[in-house]
Amino acid sequence: MITYPFQYKRADSVADAVAMLGEGGKALSGGHSLIPSMKLRLNAPDTLVDVGRIAELKTITVDGNDLVIGAGATHGQIASSSVVKQHVPMFAEGAAHIGDPSVRNRGTIGGSLAHADPSADWPAMVLAADATIVVQGANGSRSIAASDFFTGLFSTALEDDELITAIRVSSQADAKMTYQKFAQPASRYALVGCAVVKSADGSVRVAFSGVSDTPFRDSAAESQLNGGASSANAASGQSIMSDHFATEEYRRHLANVYLKRALAAVA
Amino acid sequence: MSNKFIGQSIKRVEDKRFITGKGRYTDDIKLPGMLHAHFVRSPYAHARVVSIDTAEALAIPGVVAVYTGDDVAAINGVPCGWQVNFRNGETMREPKHPMLIATGDTAKHAGDPVAVVIAETKEIAIDAAEAVLVEWDELPAIASPADALKDGAPLVHSQFPDNKAFDWSFGNPVEEVDAAIEASAHVTTLEFVNQRVVPNAMEPRAYIGHYDAVADKYTLYTSTQNPHLIRLLMCAFVLGIPEHRVRVVGPDVGGGFGSKIYHYTEEALVTWASKQLELPVKWTSDRSEAFLLDAHGRDHVTKAEMGFDADGNIMGLRIKTIANMGAYLSTFAPAVPTYLHGTLLQGLYTTPKINIDMTCVFTHTVAVDAYRGAGRPEATYLLERIIELAAHEMGKDPAQLRFQNFIPPFDGVTQPGYQTQVALQYDSGNYAPVLQKGLDLLGYDDFRQAQKQAANSNKLLGVGFSTYVEACGIAPSAVVGALGARAGLYESAQVRVQPTGKVSVFTGSHSHGQGHETTFVQVVADKLGIAMEDVELVHGDSDTVAFGMGTYGSRSLAVGGSAIMKSIDKVLEKGAKIAAHKLECAEGDLEYGEGKWTVKGTDKSIGFGDVALTAYVPHVYPAGLEPGLDFSSFYDPANFTYPFGCHIAVVEVDKETGKVDLKRMIAVDDVGNIINPMIVEGQIHGGLAQGIGQALFEGTIYDENAQLTNGSYMDYVMPRADDLPMFETANQITPCPHNPLGVKGAGEAGAIGSTPAVVNAVLDALWSGGHNDVKDILMPLTSERVWRAMNN
Ligand SMILES: Cc1cc2nc3c(=O)[nH]c(=O)nc-3n(C[C@H](O)[C@H](O)[C@H](O)COP(=O)(O)OP(=O)(O)OC[C@H]3O[C@@H](n4cnc5c(N)ncnc54)[C@H](O)[C@@H]3O)c2cc1C
Repeated sequence: MITYPFQYKRADSVADAVAMLGEGGKALSGGHSLIPSMKLRLNAPDTLVDVGRIAELKTITVDGNDLVIGAGATHGQIASSSVVKQHVPMFAEGAAHIGDPSVRNRGTIGGSLAHADPSADWPAMVLAADATIVVQGANGSRSIAASDFFTGLFSTALEDDELITAIRVSSQADAKMTYQKFAQPASRYALVGCAVVKSADGSVRVAFSGVSDTPFRDSAAESQLNGGASSANAASGQSIMSDHFATEEYRRHLANVYLKRALAAVA
Repeated sequence: MSNKFIGQSIKRVEDKRFITGKGRYTDDIKLPGMLHAHFVRSPYAHARVVSIDTAEALAIPGVVAVYTGDDVAAINGVPCGWQVNFRNGETMREPKHPMLIATGDTAKHAGDPVAVVIAETKEIAIDAAEAVLVEWDELPAIASPADALKDGAPLVHSQFPDNKAFDWSFGNPVEEVDAAIEASAHVTTLEFVNQRVVPNAMEPRAYIGHYDAVADKYTLYTSTQNPHLIRLLMCAFVLGIPEHRVRVVGPDVGGGFGSKIYHYTEEALVTWASKQLELPVKWTSDRSEAFLLDAHGRDHVTKAEMGFDADGNIMGLRIKTIANMGAYLSTFAPAVPTYLHGTLLQGLYTTPKINIDMTCVFTHTVAVDAYRGAGRPEATYLLERIIELAAHEMGKDPAQLRFQNFIPPFDGVTQPGYQTQVALQYDSGNYAPVLQKGLDLLGYDDFRQAQKQAANSNKLLGVGFSTYVEACGIAPSAVVGALGARAGLYESAQVRVQPTGKVSVFTGSHSHGQGHETTFVQVVADKLGIAMEDVELVHGDSDTVAFGMGTYGSRSLAVGGSAIMKSIDKVLEKGAKIAAHKLECAEGDLEYGEGKWTVKGTDKSIGFGDVALTAYVPHVYPAGLEPGLDFSSFYDPANFTYPFGCHIAVVEVDKETGKVDLKRMIAVDDVGNIINPMIVEGQIHGGLAQGIGQALFEGTIYDENAQLTNGSYMDYVMPRADDLPMFETANQITPCPHNPLGVKGAGEAGAIGSTPAVVNAVLDALWSGGHNDVKDILMPLTSERVWRAMNN
């Protein structure tokens, strides 16, 4: 439970951090995914760039019609933010069910998205909310649609030297939305996490965490629902994970139950 | 004797240091020049060591030594402390459990050590361990005890061609049991697994060996439940060093649940290495190692049959069980499935014929040994599952079926103890009222109404019962010796009255969370009529405490406390002689109370402190009496103690997902007299959480290569506060008739009774939903398993 030796650097600004990442550093935010994997020696970065003290990454603001959550905002901060509750209440609801209080007080939304654990809670929520991940690299800033962000198991569209700076999502105060999770009993990550957003016009977006090795928008279910059906098959066409908490068959069943429950919650 | 403290929920004096982070655990001890050990371990469950190259590791700056199996070949293996022979008399097979696996030999479970690196820091030791190059020849491995008995199964020890450690049968002759079952009107058959669990003490194991060359004396600091036992095993059997040259200290210990009873190879190895290097050597397990290497618990595969006559009276019980021993025989391993399990199969029932057939097998897994309850939870699980299933099958009420079959009350004083069919004689018992009290707390009739209504909703409701009797304070030595124990099971105590009347009590019990510093002091202060502040409890150091057998099997107060009582009696007896001399009266004219001897019917008295001072400054003193006021005693109990109780679980089962939600947990326990109700309740709470953990959450998962696949808290499910309801606890008190405090033991009861109650409750819920054919669901009852049981 002791890491390999590494260098520790603290970034004071986004520019500073991006420069250090360009030199081969690895971002350290809440450290609640990175440090455990370093302690198990599964991950051995030479240099950690602590982005946890960059004030501009921690703000939650409204910019025009958008809610903008700094990548360094903690789960706890988001769970209790009145602006979040007003504009994208599902984020506050879901954040409140991540880990335990100490995890929520350290872990950050940016760290969670960059880490891209297939069972993490944020991916389903940002997908269903149709959020945008704003990143900064040596060549400037770019925005990645959530639906383009997750590319596989623990992998994203992020380049090594890019820093997530914010999550931008349009205000959806007039939509109904929910995030429902069946927690893996040990880690409390999502065995199945289902996010559903029903816009004022009745159209529905559905996304899942925990079901497949890449979090996904369930476009098959969406088209059934948006075509007028009152229920839908979850995760059809997706390859489903299997582990000792849930085999493929049971996970698929749970995805269906949770989709049904989420739809009932936004009805 | 006053009762100022006994029976009071006095706050634990040790908690001040524990909750302010000031406890002193082994890993907190830092000695000058101390080195750190890290082990190179087998990544395979079964593999031959082809070669080991330590050159690269030795070249790393800060590395002091790297030892391999060749270096420690002269050291004996870690011994087993209990011998159980085969049914045919053949001696139990006891493979050598070496310090390190030597080149050419085979590692027998994942984590078996092949080398140890000793370095200036733990970091360097870990880095250097990665630089030790071991060439392995991986071999097929087996983790399941049932599979280990199959033809062609990979052998754990090539000299034992069937993987059997021993087999054993117990109880009435099997023909008599066969006949009883044959004659039964109804026979319930239950096949089940009592799964393997990981002890998960909060403090991982830690050891510091320190050889002082000037004094020619070793000190071992160890996170142990029994320092003297470790000294005996390590000195006499492993390292062959004279016991008086070794001091074993068990400082604060953060939990054990059994796993810190045993003598482990790492303990002996750091002690040995400190002599080679003449510097202290520390090893602290990390959590991953704890999962892999701390002796596990349970792991039985059982088929049980219980026969009933037409009225529902139990006629006979026949059991076949396979128990997993792991790769080596740990300190008490052979006793757990046999004398701590087979002897408990009477339960609280009048079953006239009982026979158990047990096969104990080796597998390529870490050793299995006593874990909170040790054999009694397995026995209780068997009995309480099968009787509940029998009630279901026969269409009887499960509570009534129990009432009908309970052994009638006996106090062990005016009525004799109850002689079971499986050797034990229960001391005192009164079983029906604990079940009745449980039913009252539950509100049984209302519950069945609510259950009927729930059957049509999304969530099924279920209630599960478990009534248990267990055996604590294992003894007497002569009996356990005849049963194969290689040690006595008494306890020692010394009560040293200081000249000022302050009292130091030395006990061979060793708290690893039980609160001895409070409970034992409550007893001593009351018996002597002095303040608790005037009594100090000393434990955990073989140089200060004369001897001790330690803390396990809920024995500390019943056995250790009784030893203290014996010494107190001696103090008061001698004190009375001194007091009589000072007061110029006969001893018989004196009475003791409130901390003084008083001449009966007068106001003439002399205080405890004055007598103590006189004993050490004996100017005016009885002729011929030795000075001093300091007495040692050994107490070897006449029998075990037999706590009992009733645990009731209420669950809700989500029909769609199979998720179980434990709504209520009722525990009515009779643990004999209670010294500190708060501490007893705390022990019950912890035990319940562990028992519920086994029912719903915990359990090892091995893959086809005998690798533990859930050795971390991300995958191994520990029960958490939010998984558990507020516990509803109550007590009945039936004193133990054969020890001076009338106490029985409370450390394991929670873990013994609760597991079957929870599983029974889930089955009851399923039955209420029409799933009448479900007989068993494998523990832990994961959502998927329950869902499958409903959707088969
Ligand atoms: C006990 C426990 C329980 C948990 N339970 C849950 C749960 O129920 N649900 C859940 O979803 N998660 C859970 N988590 C994970 C938790 O939410 C983590 O905090 C999160 O996954 C990572 O966030 P972090 O800020 O800690 O990131 P870190 O651990 O600091 O970093 C994680 C990864 O992201 C990279 N990174 C961090 N910040 C940035 C950035 N701004 N730009 C680019 N890359 C970056 C790092 O380089 C690293 O690769 C749990 C964690 C623990 C320890």
